[in-house]
Parts: sequence; C-alpha cells; structure tokens
Amino acid sequence: MTVREAWVVAAWVCALALAAVLAARARYIADLSAFLPRSPTPRQALLVDQLRYGPTSRLVLVALDGADAKTRAAVSVAMAHRLRDDPEFTSVNNGEEISADNDRRFIYEHRYLLSEAVTPQRFSTEGLKAALEETIADLASPEGVALKSLVPHDPTGETVQIIEQLSRTPTPPTRDGVWVSPDGARALLLAETRAAGSDTDAQERSLQAIREAFAAARRAPESAEPHGVRLTMSGPGVFAVTARANIEQAVVRLSIAGASLIAVVLLTVYRSLAALVLGLLPVATGALIGVAAVALGFPAVHGITLGFGVTLIGESVDYSIYFFIQSLRTAPPGVDAPIGASPWQERLWPTMRLGMLTSVCGFASLLPSGFPGLAQLGAYSVSGLIAAALVTRFVLPELLPRGFTIRDLKPAGEHIARLLGVLRRQRQSVLWGLALGILCAALLVLYGARGSLWNRELASLSPIPLPMQRQDAKLRGELGAPNALDLVVVSGNTLESVLQEAERAGQALEPLIDQKVIAGFDSPANYLPSIDTQAARRASLPDPERLRDDLERATAGLALDASRLRPFLDDVEAARHGPWVTAQDLKGTSLGAGFDALILRGPDGWNALLPLRTADSARPDIDDTRVESALARAHLQGTQLLDLKRESDALYTDYLHEAVRLSSAGFLAIVVLLGLALHSASRASRVLAPLVLAVLTVAAALAACRVQLTILHLVGMLLIVAVGSNYALFFDRLDRAGGADSMTLASLGVANLCTVIGFGLLSFSGVPVLEALGTTVAPGAFLALAFASVLTPRA
Amino acid sequence: MRRQRVGMRSAAAGLGALLWLAAPGARAASADLDELMRLLAARREGQVEFVEQHYRKLLKRPVESSGILVYEAPDRLEKRTLEPRAETLSITGERLSIQRGSRSRALDLTAYPAIGPFVESMRATLGGNLGTLARIFTVDFDGDLSHWTLTLVPRDAQAQSYVSRVRIEGARERLLQVEILEADGDHSVMTLREHPTTSSSHPTP
Repeated sequence: MTVREAWVVAAWVCALALAAVLAARARYIADLSAFLPRSPTPRQALLVDQLRYGPTSRLVLVALDGADAKTRAAVSVAMAHRLRDDPEFTSVNNGEEISADNDRRFIYEHRYLLSEAVTPQRFSTEGLKAALEETIADLASPEGVALKSLVPHDPTGETVQIIEQLSRTPTPPTRDGVWVSPDGARALLLAETRAAGSDTDAQERSLQAIREAFAAARRAPESAEPHGVRLTMSGPGVFAVTARANIEQAVVRLSIAGASLIAVVLLTVYRSLAALVLGLLPVATGALIGVAAVALGFPAVHGITLGFGVTLIGESVDYSIYFFIQSLRTAPPGVDAPIGASPWQERLWPTMRLGMLTSVCGFASLLPSGFPGLAQLGAYSVSGLIAAALVTRFVLPELLPRGFTIRDLKPAGEHIARLLGVLRRQRQSVLWGLALGILCAALLVLYGARGSLWNRELASLSPIPLPMQRQDAKLRGELGAPNALDLVVVSGNTLESVLQEAERAGQALEPLIDQKVIAGFDSPANYLPSIDTQAARRASLPDPERLRDDLERATAGLALDASRLRPFLDDVEAARHGPWVTAQDLKGTSLGAGFDALILRGPDGWNALLPLRTADSARPDIDDTRVESALARAHLQGTQLLDLKRESDALYTDYLHEAVRLSSAGFLAIVVLLGLALHSASRASRVLAPLVLAVLTVAAALAACRVQLTILHLVGMLLIVAVGSNYALFFDRLDRAGGADSMTLASLGVANLCTVIGFGLLSFSGVPVLEALGTTVAPGAFLALAFASVLTPRA
Repeated sequence: MRRQRVGMRSAAAGLGALLWLAAPGARAASADLDELMRLLAARREGQVEFVEQHYRKLLKRPVESSGILVYEAPDRLEKRTLEPRAETLSITGERLSIQRGSRSRALDLTAYPAIGPFVESMRATLGGNLGTLARIFTVDFDGDLSHWTLTLVPRDAQAQSYVSRVRIEGARERLLQVEILEADGDHSVMTLREHPTTSSSHPTP
C-alpha cells in the first residue's frame, strides 16, 4: 500500500466514523409526519394538527368478546379502574357511572344557564303552565319515582331537559353497568391517550398498558370465567403501531431472506468468503453515509427513510459485483488472476461513474419534494450511491488481500454471450420492430387505463389490512364515536368567541339532521354554553315578584300547588345573580371530558371541533357541499369543514403530481447527462430506449393487472432507470470495445439476479408500499437488462 | 338418665306432631301459589286495559292515567299510556325503552333500581315465574285461587328505598289490581280490566 493509498483508506475510516457519530446523534421519528407537508397551507396545518393531536387520533376503541356478559362486564370494570389511574390516558369511559354524582350535581346546580328551554316564553304564565302540566304527567309515569324529589326545586323540568340535550350524543347501550354492542355480545370501552396520535412510540406504550390492564383484569378473582374473554383494540393509534410493526417485520424478514439468498448466489459465484464480505463494504458505507446525510440535512430522520433507503441503494451491491468480476478480464485465459492488478479503472470506472451519475440525477429529482419522506429518500440515495461508488473505486482495491482471487466466470459469461449471439444474428430492423411493437402495446394499455392509472387515495399506502379497517368502522359505529373523518372546525382568539361561533355553527348544522345529510354532531357548546348564551338565559328569568304572580296564575286548576314550589322561587332568584358557568366548573364531570376533547388551545388561539356523524353508516361519506353551503349561509368567519379523508387524499394527490413532475425533470436531466457524456444522440438514445421501454412495459403490465399506481411505484420506476442505466451503459461500452466480453456479461447476469431476488422478495411482503416497490423493480430490472442486451449494441 | 331420654323423645314427637298439624294449611297455600303460577304461565299473551291512580303527597289530588297493558311470554311487557299523555314503556329482557312522541330512549333495567321492582313485579307475575319473583321479592300469598293476593317486598335495600311493597290482587289467571307503595308513602293503584280483543288470538290494533 502506498502512502497515497493509505491516506485513502484512512479518509474512508474517518468518514465512516464521522457518519457513525452523526447517525448515532440523529433524532429518529416514526410518526406520520413523513407524509405531512414541509410548508403547509393554513388548511393543511389544520389537517396536520388534527391527524397528529386531534382527539379522534387519540382514541383507542376497545372491545371484549367471549365468556358471558357478567364476566365481560367485570373485566371491563377492572380494566377501566386500572387505566383511569394511568397517566398515559386522559379519559377512560366504559359506561360506568363513575362521575354520575358530579354530573348530576353540575347539571342541577347550573340548570337555568345550561337548559336550552330557558327562554322568556318558558317563564311566562302560559309557558309555566305548559311546563308544569308536563311535570305532572311525568310524576304519573314510572320515572316519577326518581323525579319527584326534584319537582319542588325544578318544576319546569330543566334538569330532565339538559339530560335530554346531552343524550343527543348517542352512547352505546349499557348492560351490567357497562357499555355493550347493540347485540350485547361485546363489552365496549373508549380510552383517550394523553400522547398525540402521531407519537407512535407513546401509542405503543398506551396499547401495552391496555393489554396489561386486560391481563390483570383476567387474573382478578371476581371474574368467574375470565379466560374466555378476548381483547380487541382499534383506532388510529392501533393502526399506526400495527403499520409500523408490519413494515418493520416485513423489512427485517425480507432483508434476512434476501441477504441470505444473495449471499448464497455470490458465494456460488465468487467461491470466496473474503469477496462476499468485501463486496458488502460499498453498500454498507453507502447506507451509513446516507443516514448521516439525512441527519445533517433534515431536523429528524424518518423511519421510512431507514426502511426503504437500503433497498434504493441496492444498486451499490452491483458495483462490487462489477468490480470483482470485470477486473478478471485482463487475466490470461484459464488462469485465475489477482484482482486489482489491471488498469481496470480506465475501463470499468468511467462506465460505472456514468451509471452512478445517471442514478443520482434520477434520485436527486426527489430532493425538492414537499413530501418529507420522498425528499429524505432522495437525499439518502444520492449520498449513499456516491459514497458506495467512491468506496468501490478507491477503497475496495486497497483492501484486497494479496493474491485475492475469485472463481473464473468466463464459462458462464461465454454461455450468456452465445445466447445473446443468437439474438444478435437477427436483423436490427426486426429487433427494433419488436421493441416498437411492445412499446405500442404498452402505450395502448396505459392509454386504456388512463382514467384509473393512478391511485389518488392516501389509504392506498396504508399497510393496514382491509378486515382491520372494517372492524374499526364497526366498533366506531357501535360506540357512536364519530368516524374521525369529518369535522367542523371553529377558530378564534378567545374561548368565548369560539364557543359563540360554535353555537351559531350548531344552529346552521341543525337542519341538516332533519334533511338526513348528517345524523348529528357534537359540540363543546353542548357542554359549556358561551357567556352570551348564558346571559340570554339569565335575562329570561323573571324577578321574584313576577315569578310568584305568574306561578300563582299558572298553577290555578292544576294538581300541583304553588305553595309547594317555594324552593323553585329561591333557586331562580339565586340563578339570576350567581356566577357564570366556566370550564372550571366542568372539572371532574364526564361533561368536562367531552368538552376537553373538543376544545384545542393552540399557539394562535382556540379551536372548537364539531365532529359530524354520518347519517348512514353504510355510506360513510358526508355530502360536504351541503354542509359547506349550510355553513356559508350562516356567514361564519372562522368556521370551516375539514374532511380529513378528502384533505389527506388531496395532499397525497399533490405529492403524486409533484413526484410525477419531479421524476420527469429527473428523466430530462438523465437525457441531457447521457447526451453530454456519450457525445452522441444516437448512443444516448440506444442507452435510454431499453430503460424507457422497461418502465413503460412494467407500468402497462401493472395496469393490465388492475393495479393502480402509487407514489411508491413511481419510486420503483426511478429505480429501474437507476439500475438499468448501468446495464445499458455496459452494453454501450462493450459495443464500443468491439463485441461481447464474457466477463462483463457474467457480472451483469449476477448483478441482475441479485436485484431480481432482492426486489422479488418484496413483492411477497404483504405490505402495500413494499409490494409496490417489489412488483415494479424486480420485473423492471430484468426487462431493462433484456432490452439493453438487444437494443443498445449497434450491430 | 333413661327417663330423661324418654322425655326428650316425647318432646321431639310433640314437636313433630305440631309440625304435622301445622303442615296442611301451609301445604295448601304453597300448592295454591304453585297452581296460580302454572295458570299464569299457561297464558302466553294477554292484553288488558288499565286505569291508574297516582297518589302523591306533592299533588293536591290524585292524577289518573289510563291505557293498555300488553304481555307476551316469556319476557315482554308493554305499558301504553294513552291519557293524560301518550307514552309507551316497553321491556324486553333487560332492555327498557320509553317512547314519548317522536322521542325514544333505551335504558338498561339493571342500572335503574327505582324502576326494576315496578316492572318485574308485574312481568314475573304475568309470566308465572315464581323463581324470578322470589329472587327479587319476599313473596307472600294470601287467599285462594279464586281470589288471591300476592304481597311482594323488594329484597334489595336500594330498591326498597324507592318501593316498599307491591300488592297484586287477582282471580285465577286474571290480575285485577296492582298497588304500589313507595318508600315515602306515595302510592299508586292500577285497576285492570279485560280488553275486548284479549280473547282473539289476532288482536287488532
């Protein structure tokens, strides 16, 4: 090793150490912010806030099946008891009346400010008479037993009125003291996590806490037959955790399987363990440098960058394959020659460098993406590929042991050469005619599928299996939880202003219930009316003298005597002078939990959320335009409808369009690069033709199989171009050097086999995002090689 | 020693004789109750008119309500009040629903100790279900099959704080009157009258 060479290796080691430090110090996040825009519009910011912190994103829906109703109820009670003490949860509700006393006290004490029925009309003589007649009828009903003690204080039935107001928000039926499904077969529980829905680690802890509470409840002695009970959880947090686990599992499983298979192939090819280990150095260096580059360029490294990054720089495994196999070409026939001894750099390196630069052009197009996940993948692959190529060129030759050899692959290469020879003997016009035919067929298929070619739904990337999504919808329906998709959001500077506007928005939405556009909505104003509204109600309460006179007149002829209602007169008078009801008064009640879930205080002010419930659970989509026009008619300034599905799909479609634009720009850059580097339009087009043809054929095949393309398919197409450009460039070089070179052909065959194995495995991962990559790249890489072998050479 | 033992034996015999003497009456009453339950259980459905007087200390005079009571074996009871205000209370199994005008709400019977005794005293009696009656109330039977009185006192202390006693009067399988005494002295008396369509197996609405 010369001094210069020693410096090279030392520089490599230093770079690795530095990258390791950067990677170790980097912040890793595994939340969905990878999918959220870097510079959001105000509406997108609202969407992002909801997806991350919104109350619906923090709900965990829990169902208990099996055993008998009593056992399920006992387990539900024991679980809820334990979870209520857990600081991970802000509220745990299973239908038990734990705050019932507080609720009743709160409602009763503030009844004249909370009841919607309190109007001047209600407190006129006629209004009082009607209310009292109703109360007398109540006393004769079975509920009379429970109501009669209230009557002297509340003869107009405001307490009952408020309970009815609150029961507009549907709750599940109760059995044995806990919520159950309508058929009674499941006990239901609703837990709200303290952590944001986007904090997957915290969500995982919360789910673990629920599982532990379940296990403990099953051990509890009071549950008679606890082992028949089964636990099911659902909700955004469960989805996020499952998705991550699915991807992680698939990535780990497939990486191990892929790496083993590729190792077997390479060992068979090289017959050298040293070659196998050394061959991994470029890709390993690339992976580490890639992470370090992302850590430097971005505030945090996303989980998906780690998950997919390595697959994107899989191309760098090819570099060492080319290096090992093609370096042998200078050896005399039949003799295993030491590698690295030839001026291979002059032949191999320029081609490899151009192939690498082509890939870099392709991936660099992802860098400006507004989709942070894509931008990071771009940064990772660009830096990783450059690092891997440099290691192959400068470091790998220095690390080879003295007398290092691998198996002579000339026979294999010559076999491939013979095969190609058969093709080559065909006339060029025939081959190009065939290619043109494939091109036309592919374009025809793509044209036929143009309307449905791209999938514009973010859900297409969801790694959650459909049965799990259906179960979530079912549980949501049973719990009466909103579908988490449609919200009316009211923004304002003060709590009072958002409550006032929420009340007006509620009035605008009310007619939509009768029109069956929505089944209903929840609103923080249902739990705490604005001071404005409270003041209006207070103003309806007459002064003591007038009330006494009116009551005298109203009770004339009724079975209820005014003399019995003295406490009523006192309470009304107290309500005319007492303090307003504030959020503070709600503490410790179940109404307070409902209120807190619907009021968000942000840095810019307050948001009130009015989740809408779908009128028809079979058709979960709400007619947004009718909701929006109802809100528009009410002239509400700070109110808007947020359809989370529509907004996130719109966001995703934006990403998709942007990615298509950027990839097209990347392709143009590749065209320019090849044109300049090859000094010939004809050569450049011969290199590009097989790549374009491979991409279009794969896209057409996917479309023909009714697979809708997603953003990951697009990334896969970039990969086809990246990997395939190496193939085409080698064929171009062979062509210039005058004919087939068996060692180059052998290296291409091995490299292609490894790529097809690695990505082919991804096709069976069961995770849509990975499958998209696998089904695109594996056939695409093979086609690129096949097309390049035929189309790139001139004769 | 020996005399003493004889004395004990005669005392035991005397006790036995006493029990034997007392037994026929007790046996007759329990036989009548069993027979009554069999008669009631044999009726799979029934529909009667009711008029109910509610005596409440809060009110100057009793309030009257009236309507139709429908029973369907094994566990469905519906009380359709028509006057003074239309409202339907129906119980199937443990589910109680109250419908008034267009509004209706459903309750879990187990969660309402105040309403449970009202409902179950009638329903279990109509169903001839002595097991359920005896589980919820101490049951006292008086009279004979041709004119009987069941006095039911809730066993549950919480239920007792609402309802202290239910008295049901009847003749053979027909219920004539249900009197409910509440803990605070309020009470109601419901008089039942055979509904014209009862005999028909297809009652017309």
